[in-house]
Amino acid sequence: MTYIAKPKFHHPGLKKNELGYTHRDYEGKISTLCAGCGHDSITASIIEACYELSIEPHRVAKISGIGCSSKTPDYFLGNSHGFNSVHGRMPSVLTGANLANRDLIYLGVSGDGDSASIGFGQFAHSIRRGVNMTYIVENNGVYGLTKGQFSATADRGSKSKKGVTNTDNPIDLVAIALQLGATFVARSFSGDKSQLVPLIAAAIGHKGASFIDVISPCIAFNNHAGSTKSFDYVREHNDAVNRLDVLVGRDPIAVDYAPGTVQVVEQHDGSRIALRKIDADYDPHDRLGAMTFLQKHAAKGQIVTGLLYVDPDAEDMHEHLNTVEAPLNSLEADSLCPGSAVLDKFNASLR
Amino acid sequence: MPDKKPISSVNDFVVRFANVNGSGSASANEMFARAILRHGVPVSPRNIFPSNIQGLPTWYEVRVTEAGHLGARGGVDMMVAMNPQTWDKDVAGIEPGGYLFYDSTKPMPSTKFRDDITVIGVPLTAITNSTYTDPRQRQLFKNIIYLGSLSALLDMDPKLIEQLIGEQYKGKEKLLSSNVHALHLGRDWALQNLKCPIGLRVKKSDKVGDRIFIEGNSAAALGAVYGGATVCAWYPITPSSSVAEAFTAHCKKYRHDPETGKAKYAIVQGEDELASIGIVIGASWNGARAFTATSGPGISLMTEFIGLSYFAEIPAVIMNIQRAGPSTGMPTRTQQCDIIACAYASHGDTKHVLLFPEDPAEAFEFAAAAFDLAERLQTTIFLMLDLDIGMNHRLSRPLKWDDAKQYDRGKIMTAEMLEEGRDFGRYLDVDGDGIPYRTYPGTHPTKGSYFTRGTSRDRYARYSEEGTVYADNMQRLVRKFETAQDLVPRPLQANAERPTKYGVIYFGSTSPAMDEAIGLLEARGHQLDRLRIRAFPFHSSVASFLAEHDFVYVVEQNRDSQLRQLIVNENGIDPVRLVPIVHYDGTPITARFIAKAIGDHQDHLKVTPLRKAVS
Repeated sequence: MTYIAKPKFHHPGLKKNELGYTHRDYEGKISTLCAGCGHDSITASIIEACYELSIEPHRVAKISGIGCSSKTPDYFLGNSHGFNSVHGRMPSVLTGANLANRDLIYLGVSGDGDSASIGFGQFAHSIRRGVNMTYIVENNGVYGLTKGQFSATADRGSKSKKGVTNTDNPIDLVAIALQLGATFVARSFSGDKSQLVPLIAAAIGHKGASFIDVISPCIAFNNHAGSTKSFDYVREHNDAVNRLDVLVGRDPIAVDYAPGTVQVVEQHDGSRIALRKIDADYDPHDRLGAMTFLQKHAAKGQIVTGLLYVDPDAEDMHEHLNTVEAPLNSLEADSLCPGSAVLDKFNASLR
Repeated sequence: MPDKKPISSVNDFVVRFANVNGSGSASANEMFARAILRHGVPVSPRNIFPSNIQGLPTWYEVRVTEAGHLGARGGVDMMVAMNPQTWDKDVAGIEPGGYLFYDSTKPMPSTKFRDDITVIGVPLTAITNSTYTDPRQRQLFKNIIYLGSLSALLDMDPKLIEQLIGEQYKGKEKLLSSNVHALHLGRDWALQNLKCPIGLRVKKSDKVGDRIFIEGNSAAALGAVYGGATVCAWYPITPSSSVAEAFTAHCKKYRHDPETGKAKYAIVQGEDELASIGIVIGASWNGARAFTATSGPGISLMTEFIGLSYFAEIPAVIMNIQRAGPSTGMPTRTQQCDIIACAYASHGDTKHVLLFPEDPAEAFEFAAAAFDLAERLQTTIFLMLDLDIGMNHRLSRPLKWDDAKQYDRGKIMTAEMLEEGRDFGRYLDVDGDGIPYRTYPGTHPTKGSYFTRGTSRDRYARYSEEGTVYADNMQRLVRKFETAQDLVPRPLQANAERPTKYGVIYFGSTSPAMDEAIGLLEARGHQLDRLRIRAFPFHSSVASFLAEHDFVYVVEQNRDSQLRQLIVNENGIDPVRLVPIVHYDGTPITARFIAKAIGDHQDHLKVTPLRKAVS
């Protein structure tokens, strides 16, 4: 599949966004993942969110680690630079890239093996530092590319395709992200585009560490009876706390939501998130409440989805480091090098 | 009176201070070294310290050397024995005819001394306790008191020490006057009660010139500031931590926008070495100049990323302040033991550029140059320092910078070039030097983007597992490494007075000891041509040097003669002609060691054949 070029022609009447880009301008190469893979749905949602936000595609940097999920940045935003780095190390590479140029949009794409096992430390520390990024974990509870081993997010008691029962406790990345101080935390399901697209759009608009855990069934190795990451299981146990619309001064993204109370959250970039709450008591600004809510529902076997926590006044790493407004990669010798006169003084101080 | 004539020497001796770690002795000892410099006499001090914060033994050695020999000498002429834990070993280490300075408050049995040395007792504790009541003051001022006594014994000018104290405590009048007072307490006691001066004396001279006194790590960190580094990611590890700490201090001074006060740099203490190099790779990929500083164990952890940097062609600068390995090894002892680990770091076929500075001035120059090389060659550049250069104050020529110099940002394809219709293939060798063009992320809306990956790909960065495509890329990387040969600092050759069949190759911190050893060897009648290697890949002059000599000694500070292995491997020459001279006990190599090892080998080579001797 890799060798098949994706045709570039498209229908002349294809709708254009504010910047005049069509949907096709946000696509990438043809996916080489299995037909029906949940990850491809997430790819489609990322494309949709970027189109709706009218982002210039080349101003996004897509960074990933290793695994099925980490291959996907090749399949969206073909005019963006991408970096398929080292297994479990996407967060550090993204952190460095962000330090070099604070003006780009950083999209980190990872998987459950990449972020909950080999890269658990880097996941944690990038969140702690408040790197301005959208960190998406395409979570299928399984190592797909190496054919079906359990990952660290697999639930205890769930069965592998080969019939082996998992005896280890699962890591809930959402709970960890909340504990580590992520300022935008959400969970969604690859099969629920109407919930996922606005979540990605809102995460991109958020300044600070945004984390989205997307349950994404692996149709090859984790979509059988006994799996807790299968399409059927997730649909049955999904408990959405809210649905949201992202308002960027135009028509809101059309979403298929259940009616409820509406709460508007204004973000740093001027965009607004309209939260349509299903659970009337749920407060997305209460980090401790979110953690409790999550644990209570997990105990009942429910997978809570939606925007679980957002701090609209978050600070990012550059604010912590007090770096200049201009991207560091744009500074040249005239601005960086103190020069020979300063060096002479330095020498004199060491005699 | 000792039964050996006391050593008599002006401006050429070694004083060693034996202290307890954490007792505040370091600043007094350093002041002693600086005071001698102020007399116009070169010194070469070395800290010998344990991997410990408080309680274990630590030594500070000052080689006073009018001749300017900055390597370690070996042997001790005067021991300032302030640590009961190490007393026996310290006393045993004094050269016959040498001097022992100790705190005589508590009487010591005569068996604790030696007959062939001069013993000088000063009741330091008694003097301190009668003057100060606060325990912390007692401890700190005791160090200044012995400095005062030494100034009298060694005939030093007290005004020069007072001047140093004045500079150190500028604006803190109370501390200043109490330190000067303590200095004179010790000095006056010695003048009144002891025969001053002793045989070892400091005499004013003019051999220091405009040289500066600086640690290699600080110089390398300043090189990174001058070289335009904006991102530094690091993880604490001895002996490299002071690089990042010095970079932080230099940046605070020189890199804040005068109007906004904002930082033109970003420093991140990573969660480990993996994250540190990951941040460096991410920042460099995105067009910033970035570096990390680490030591052996950190290099081991970084190797996967180093392979990515080589294969995906992303600039990175790694400063490796080497210490004795393997594993945790001897964290506070010096070695040059990561040559092979760095030259071929990572799985698969890789080769990396190594730079070998000999002193702080070169550490500064090479550190700045490393960023140009990294961006020009789009790969990892190692700056190979070691603990001996990095963590000791070294007398060094002043640091120099040419204001006309522009940074070499390497082959960058800009939006304008893309707009002109230039063909962009991320891994396309357009100039025949193996170096392709790269674009920064975010350059152009529709042109010049590509997907960076550690997997094999074709010249246009398209994923490919075709054998010919893979081999084509690997061959280009070899070409690029050949290009590097002429970009890195060249070896420096110095020939013997008379033509000789023998040569010696050395590098890095071995330099001062080697320079001194040449004089010792000449005195024994051995003539040697010298080649100081300053970088890998080796310039063609290394092969010429090997061809011009029958035997070449390779002097280095590791067990397995790693540079020699690298030379044999890369030049395909007969290993028999390269004689390993290795020193690897964790102490800095000395001229005496080198001269003996090479001299013995030379004597062996020149042994008169038996038949000739009897005929």
